[in-house]
Amino acid sequence: MSDLDTFRSETRAWLAENCPPEMRKPVRSEDDVCWGGRQFKPSSPAQKDWLDKMAAKGWTVPDWPKAYGGGGLSPAETKILREEMAAIKARNPLNSFGISMLGPALLKYGTEEQKLDHLTKIARGEIRWCQGYSEPNAGSDLAGLATSAEDKGDHYLVNGQKVWTSYADKADWIFCLVRTDKTSKQGGISFVLFDMASPGVSTKPILLISGNSPFCETFFDNVEVPKVNRVYEENKGWDVAKYLLGHEREMISGMGLGLSGGNPLIDGAIATVGLGHDGRLADPLLRASIALFEVRAKAFGAMSERFIDELKAGKAHPAQPSMMKYYGTELNKGRYELMMAAGGSDALEWDSDRSRGGAIPRSWLRTKANSIEGGTSEIQLNIIAKRILELPA
Amino acid sequence: MPLYLDDDQTVLQDTIRDFVAEHAPVSHMRALRDADDKTGFSRDLWKQFAEMGFNGILIGEDQGGLGLGHVEAGVVLEEIGRNLSPSPFLSTAVAAVEALKGTAQAERWFPGIIAGETVAALAIDEGAKHRDTVAMTAERSGNGFKLTGAKRFVTHGHTADLIIVAARTGGSADDTDGITLFAVPKDAAGLTANAERLADSSLAARLEFEGVEVDADAVIGEVDAGRTPLDRLLRAGRTGASAELLGVGGGAMDMTIGYMKERKQFGTLIGSFQALQHRAAHLYSEMEVARAAVLKAQQLLDLGSDRADEAVSVAKAMTALATTLSVQEGVQMHGGIGMTDEYDIGFYMKRARVLAEMFGDANFHADRLAVAAGY
Ligand SMILES: Cc1cc2nc3c(=O)[nH]c(=O)nc-3n(C[C@H](O)[C@H](O)[C@H](O)COP(=O)(O)OP(=O)(O)OC[C@H]3O[C@@H](n4cnc5c(N)ncnc54)[C@H](O)[C@@H]3O)c2cc1C
Repeated sequence: MSDLDTFRSETRAWLAENCPPEMRKPVRSEDDVCWGGRQFKPSSPAQKDWLDKMAAKGWTVPDWPKAYGGGGLSPAETKILREEMAAIKARNPLNSFGISMLGPALLKYGTEEQKLDHLTKIARGEIRWCQGYSEPNAGSDLAGLATSAEDKGDHYLVNGQKVWTSYADKADWIFCLVRTDKTSKQGGISFVLFDMASPGVSTKPILLISGNSPFCETFFDNVEVPKVNRVYEENKGWDVAKYLLGHEREMISGMGLGLSGGNPLIDGAIATVGLGHDGRLADPLLRASIALFEVRAKAFGAMSERFIDELKAGKAHPAQPSMMKYYGTELNKGRYELMMAAGGSDALEWDSDRSRGGAIPRSWLRTKANSIEGGTSEIQLNIIAKRILELPA
Repeated sequence: MPLYLDDDQTVLQDTIRDFVAEHAPVSHMRALRDADDKTGFSRDLWKQFAEMGFNGILIGEDQGGLGLGHVEAGVVLEEIGRNLSPSPFLSTAVAAVEALKGTAQAERWFPGIIAGETVAALAIDEGAKHRDTVAMTAERSGNGFKLTGAKRFVTHGHTADLIIVAARTGGSADDTDGITLFAVPKDAAGLTANAERLADSSLAARLEFEGVEVDADAVIGEVDAGRTPLDRLLRAGRTGASAELLGVGGGAMDMTIGYMKERKQFGTLIGSFQALQHRAAHLYSEMEVARAAVLKAQQLLDLGSDRADEAVSVAKAMTALATTLSVQEGVQMHGGIGMTDEYDIGFYMKRARVLAEMFGDANFHADRLAVAAGY
């Protein structure tokens, strides 16, 4: 047996023993998702147990170095762990912007002290992060941001407003883009980290069309940020920001892969429309739409695997996350349009059991943001056209 | 196995890319068409393929081949697609070889295939749409069989040395069992082949079998158990056609992007118009996803995985969708010049349409996925 085969069988055995049965069922609602952080209250003992066990092995971030709370696994081992988790439909033990966005940026740009401090806390789910990028007048044109950071010797004085800050009211810390030089657009931005409990930080939730309120307006009024909390050099935050965006897009593109466990689209259609005598969905046009959608969804599954493999081997084009983000999010919107069509009037019910407590219509509405957050589809297409296809300006 | 070409495969790809572009570029196909060539491809080129070793790519080393897999065969097919090269490679070196593999027929036909002397055709389809049904009959007669029925859309059917025929030795058209696969030599009495030129200027034959007598040893594999070699043939053929489609779609896309960088209107390059940039970027995304689907199918086939069948249908459907988009956008973005025979982009549209239909179109394969998933 090769080392990888041994690793696979040991991983399988460990997961079988340690992943609680409740953590092998599909997530039903946002409350089931573990985000960690100071305010985190586990929704069940199993959820807490699963997080603790995975964190102890470093498997919340399997491919990070052990020194920073990771598992120290190779790309091949990480892939095996993911496959074995998928095989038993194990839930993600921890969801976090720290893992998918800030972590990779700190690994590349952070100081040793920043890595030791922040990465280990991210790995254990102790600190929940939010992302302070967008401002009322700087969305797609992100580098047009105005929030200012004034040099006060050992600290910056931060003033301004962010918007669309997801989970700002639930987060402990923020990674934030601030302007340290007004004379250069992209060359005047710095990347700073600070505690949301700092004096002068306030948040105001924004209600979404889904009826949920996961994001906020965030205000900074003379917030003191120690300079040791700046990542990378002053005025070079745009490099960090772009690198992080690549990872954000990579994470968001995963939405195109759909939900774990069963196929709610197909199951839902069979439940409402029913199968005819020939064993086929009684609505032939819906059946055809679903089948053609599944072709794309499965092909995108292969694309995601290829993308990760190429990324790990350093073979991916640096702008490829834009393509993944674009395709995955458009696909996910299509999936939920079909879920609504399959669910019929059941799927319209806002709070009932038939719509799983409104999970279906609310998720449908939520997915409409997939092609806006993390850079809109139009922005991704611009990037593909310019950086991959090298079309003229 | 990571989902990209490994170093050896990349080296092979470079060799093949150069070879096909040099010996069989689009102008080669155009010349055959203009000469109203009745073979539909160049026997000389087929010999050159043999000299390069390509024809034995899927044949084991112990039988004189290269002993490589579907990934490598796909690399050849993608370049054939990109250059619109007329070639019996798909039907012969991929589909027929897979059907014959491990059967008593292999010894008889492989040497000729490897040498570039033998061309095989696949008599599978009976209607204008590819289906998994077989109605043609093979009755026992003497120590052999008598084949009666008709087949269509048989690429190279009128010039092939070997015709692989799916016929029924039991049951009725829709049954999975009761199929037997035969290796029929081209001069069999009672077999007539009428070649039709297709939209892409390739030739496909309609074959009539009027009591064609074959010996018992013409059976590929076992009597009544032809489903097994037929499935091997179809999986290989479908995957191969997907790889060729990828080449056609990729070739058309490259031409189109190139054109966007040189054509000026309103005093500026058309490639700078955002409306066109977004469509080009979308097209690129569809082609990338299709490429991943094809490689996945090829790798799973090479691994002998039980998930290969699904991946093959995904690949065939996805490449048909993506390449159709590519050629349509190609003609549109070329404007008027895209409608002229002189310009190559139209050839890509025609070839894509033929390949999209071959071995089942996108709807056929989407339907297969649905049936497999129980809806
Ligand atoms: C659910 C959700 C969560 C989010 N979470 C966060 C978060 O945690 N932190 C954070 O900082 N931000 C967050 N965002 C903000 C998000 O990044 C911005 O909404 C996004 O970048 C778009 O900016 P905008 O809303 O200002 O739209 P605008 O930039 O005003 O765009 C309006 C429209 O114009 C189009 N457009 C703009 N420029 C171009 C162009 N050059 N070419 C073609 N079309 C163009 C856009 O595509 C869009 O369709 C979140 C957004 C959503 C919806």
